[in-house]
Amino acid sequence: MQRRTTAAIAVAGLTAALAWPVLAANNITVKGSDTMVILGQRWAEEYMKKHAEVAIQVTGGGSGTGIAALINGTTILANSSRPIKPEEIEQAKKNRIDVVVFRTAMDGLGVVASADNPVDHLTMTQVGKIYTGYISNWKQVGGPDKRIIRYSRESNSGTYVFFKEHVLMNRDYAADVQTMPGTSAVAEAVSRDPSGIGYGGVAYFANNPKLKILKIAKDEKSGPISPLLPDGRINYEAVWSQTYPIARYLYVYSAGQPQGPVKAYLDWILGPEGQEIVEKIEYVPMPANKP
Amino acid sequence: MTAGAVPRRRRSRWGESLIELFLRLNGFIAIAIITLIFVFLFKEGIQALRTIPVAHFLSTTELDFDSVPQTVRMWQPVGTNPKYSILPLIAGSLLVAIPATLIATFFGVACGIYLAEVAGKRTREIIKPAIELLAGVPSVVIGFFCLATLATFLQDLLHTSFRLNAIVGAVGVCFVIVPVIASMTDDALRAVPDELREGAHALGANRWETIARVVVPAGASGLIASILLGLGRALGETMIVLMATGNAAQVTWNPFESVRTMTATIAAELGAVPQGGEQYRALFLVGTILFTITFAINLAAEVAVSRMRRRLAL
Repeated sequence: MQRRTTAAIAVAGLTAALAWPVLAANNITVKGSDTMVILGQRWAEEYMKKHAEVAIQVTGGGSGTGIAALINGTTILANSSRPIKPEEIEQAKKNRIDVVVFRTAMDGLGVVASADNPVDHLTMTQVGKIYTGYISNWKQVGGPDKRIIRYSRESNSGTYVFFKEHVLMNRDYAADVQTMPGTSAVAEAVSRDPSGIGYGGVAYFANNPKLKILKIAKDEKSGPISPLLPDGRINYEAVWSQTYPIARYLYVYSAGQPQGPVKAYLDWILGPEGQEIVEKIEYVPMPANKP
Repeated sequence: MTAGAVPRRRRSRWGESLIELFLRLNGFIAIAIITLIFVFLFKEGIQALRTIPVAHFLSTTELDFDSVPQTVRMWQPVGTNPKYSILPLIAGSLLVAIPATLIATFFGVACGIYLAEVAGKRTREIIKPAIELLAGVPSVVIGFFCLATLATFLQDLLHTSFRLNAIVGAVGVCFVIVPVIASMTDDALRAVPDELREGAHALGANRWETIARVVVPAGASGLIASILLGLGRALGETMIVLMATGNAAQVTWNPFESVRTMTATIAAELGAVPQGGEQYRALFLVGTILFTITFAINLAAEVAVSRMRRRLAL
């Protein structure tokens, strides 16, 4: 009897000791966008190297999953590559959670063709019509009389979803769109295919002599804009001002006004060190940091 | 001494029956595993029908750019309006597996006949292990070869609009199933009793006539079994088709178009979908269909083999 009591006390003590760091306020959970998983993990790794007392857990699952977790109170921070919807903010308010929005980085998507292709600019509508299958020949957009071979990403990619929502306007991709396992595979395929077209993070396509990054016009009236500067670097100005039309913010949402270690972490993300990591993994940093 | 020997013998009898039980258990495990796999696939797959109407696995109706309703057969599970038509996936699988089996039958059967009937003992000892080595090449290596080299070669040769297409996948799959067909054809023809050959020679038939009119017809069921097993392997092959076909889910009968097979779809999507979700279950349904098809084909091959055994035993 006595032995059992001793054992119970020992187990309880051990559990408490093990649970202590988890229960402490220094534990930050981040959930959401798959596009931002690598960025989020790099932020967390670097931050934890300098602040050993903080434990940050980053998981993916998609922007929607992250926002749902935020509303249900099961995560402190949510990563998202799309803006939060007004009804989602309302839902959170019902659960007494005030969602605070942080824009932490930007991302420009490039549309590429083979360097041999004479076409060098398209409008947003044209890109949408190409990927939905309403335009199937380069001739229809001022190129040679050749079938357009469309390359895309697998459906689990955040880029696939963003492109579907913002360029295809939620229409379906054409059936003959080939799906590649990653943006570098898209780059590889288009570089080998004189009648190919592909899309993905601009950084994957820059400095490849076999690829041509197309200039994109918002509509028929505005002029086509390249996401790159003449020297091959990403044109931050065009992405910041969104004059380059296929650009998006990468958000972090907080449940309530962040305080203590969470606030310190978000300040660090928005500060020079966090933004340097954004640049390192080839997203676009926020304008305030690069005058 | 004798008194001591009795219990020892008894013990060894005990051991024997234990070993026998162990062996029998292992024999039945194969059946148990197949049953369990099928039950598991079916249990997960059937749940897809709860949320997705059966008709949607064939086609859905969609408004086009001009708001005209169109029937679409599309596998596009991610989006505001997910689509789960399995027709493009079945068409893709067939468009890879059938050409692969046709090409592999041509080379495999010829190779098998050569090994069993023509080749000398020396040549056979070199060629047979070489073919078995070919069967041992990892499919990802073959897939990479198709993706990097074969696709370009075939496009330059045939001027296809898709660099990666069903035929590139089919040729890749051939590397896997030619050894299957060749060695099974060899086995089937060697099972044909020599009396038949001797009888043919005695009637004045030359070697070619003996092979074409006597040996091959006698082993026909075995040849059919080898081809069916090759077809089953071709339908189930994943890595090569994932890398070499371009994975565009379209309903087409043109083997020079890019296609998406059932296996490639499961491999590419299952790892990234939330467990228990609609897409997860739909992928299991695709798996169930694939398993049913390959099971039926393998069963047919077994029937063909046992029929040949019975006929030749006469």
